[in-house]
Amino acid sequence: MKTMSKNRTIQLNSNTVFGFINTLIMTVLLFLFAYPLYYTVIASFSDAEAVITGKVGLLPVGFSLEAYKAVLANKQVWLGYRNTIFYTFFGTLFNLFLTIPLGYALSKKYLFCRKAFTWFFMITMYFGGGMIPTYLLYKNMGLINNPLIMIISGGLSVYNTIVTRTYFQNSVPESLFEAARIDGCSEIKAFIQIALPLAKPIIAVMVLYYAVGHWNSYFNAMMYLPNTDYQPLGLVLRRILILNQSAFENALSEGVVSAEMLKNAIAREYLAEVMKYALVFIASAPMLIIYPFVQKYFVKGVMIGAIKE
Amino acid sequence: MKKRAEWSKELKRSWQLLLLMLPALVYVLIFEYGPMYGLQIAFKNYRPSLGIWGSEWVGLKHFIRFVKNPNFLKMLRNTLSITVYSLATFPIPILFALMLNEIYNQKFKKVAQMVSYMPHFLSDVVVCSLVLLFLSRSNGVINNVIEALGGTRQAFINIPEYFSTIYVWSGLWQGIGWSSILYLSALSGVSAELCESARIDGANRLQIIRYVNLPTIMPTIVITFIMKIGKLLSLGHSKIFLLQTDLNLPRSSVISTYVYNVGIIDGQSSYASAIGLFNNIINILILIAANRIVKKITDTSLF
Repeated sequence: MKTMSKNRTIQLNSNTVFGFINTLIMTVLLFLFAYPLYYTVIASFSDAEAVITGKVGLLPVGFSLEAYKAVLANKQVWLGYRNTIFYTFFGTLFNLFLTIPLGYALSKKYLFCRKAFTWFFMITMYFGGGMIPTYLLYKNMGLINNPLIMIISGGLSVYNTIVTRTYFQNSVPESLFEAARIDGCSEIKAFIQIALPLAKPIIAVMVLYYAVGHWNSYFNAMMYLPNTDYQPLGLVLRRILILNQSAFENALSEGVVSAEMLKNAIAREYLAEVMKYALVFIASAPMLIIYPFVQKYFVKGVMIGAIKE
Repeated sequence: MKKRAEWSKELKRSWQLLLLMLPALVYVLIFEYGPMYGLQIAFKNYRPSLGIWGSEWVGLKHFIRFVKNPNFLKMLRNTLSITVYSLATFPIPILFALMLNEIYNQKFKKVAQMVSYMPHFLSDVVVCSLVLLFLSRSNGVINNVIEALGGTRQAFINIPEYFSTIYVWSGLWQGIGWSSILYLSALSGVSAELCESARIDGANRLQIIRYVNLPTIMPTIVITFIMKIGKLLSLGHSKIFLLQTDLNLPRSSVISTYVYNVGIIDGQSSYASAIGLFNNIINILILIAANRIVKKITDTSLF
């Protein structure tokens, strides 16, 4: 009896220690996940000199909006923002137009040649023409340097289609459609009046998946849109942040940044560095603000995608 | 074989469904199968004036040229060193999910999920910018910390040997939380009764993880593993381009960036197409092989 109770305490202890260590490691990991973004925010609001000389670590030092003023004075950034919003909106609309009806049709067991059609789409997940033949096709169609390309390319994700199909198969009861069919409802009517209203959750998931993709893309634009006027935010960011092209001339000529601030070249260079943090924040802000509210839809999408037929 | 009458009955019944999928069907035919038709230029000397069909056949010339290229092995090594490295980090999200599953405080768990999924929503450009800013030799946070600890500042991004580490770990930062969702959802399927009886038999939490939780999520692990192996040679170019500098090229020039440079910048369409096709075929072969092997060992498979 005595040994048993002793055993019990030891075991309890080992489990408690496990829980403690686990929580500790998790806290450290969360710090590592959050810190880069946190630092970006505090650096962007801090005094430029303090950031560059490494005085900013866990808390902002000083307070300055110079970096934001300078970024917002850059016309390229505004243009990129506008283009990206445009591409994201219409691109996602086009994605939905292709994906939702297809996912619905493929979810029907009585679809004519269902297996063959499913394979027709699935094959493109594993095999494709590749970068160059795709480029040549777009070129022959006159889509190079045409903003339409940002809406058309990547119009259909087969993976997303499968997620949609799985949703219709598992979450919308077939009996609903059977009842409608007996009443003489056509397939298209059934899709619009029965399936679509019940598909709101999956439509939300698809909107988010596709929209994030459009918002974050830069490579397609780099290949297909050499013309600056059409370039999305991603390419503007790349020029300023990665290729280190100064975002600054613009701000200077517009006279937004105070003259004393720019009197010496060093201060100017400092500000150019801190502007990068401000730019990163401005570019990611929409996603980061919306994200907490829609997180559950993203997670739902992953879960539906994980169900095997 | 189905009878003709049955076929026509099926067709009659589903013509409206076919109408619904028509836009997607046409789209994929043009924009996915169109480039596959264009892929024949990998076996031709493509000249824009002659068109895809009219250009002259040259057989395997471009493939041989690629394999004989003195840089071929180097690019293959660079590609593999990154993908194999990232394959080796495959257990990390699983570990993360197992740990997250052991957090009993629901509030903390929610915060942990939210924070860890967040980097997934940042674009590659933003993530790579952060990498460059943080690693910056003159004023990056990481170098600040190193100096504070008594080390010397280094331009890590320009040191070729560090390239794969930077690439893989920045990717992990982006993806650990997000990849763990799948395992976390599989973990919710762990039988509570099994856990309870294990506990009564005297198993501690680590043992329950080892003997109850892990076996439950094994099928999920196997499937994701096969998918990962299938991507062994398909290293995306978007992040590589962003992290590439002239000084780290010895380790950062990979097959996909080569295709871009040769095909889009230099305009050698046929040669670049051949490289792309070569890469794609090897990927499929690896995927099929991995699927076969795993099927034999564990009875779970992708197809």
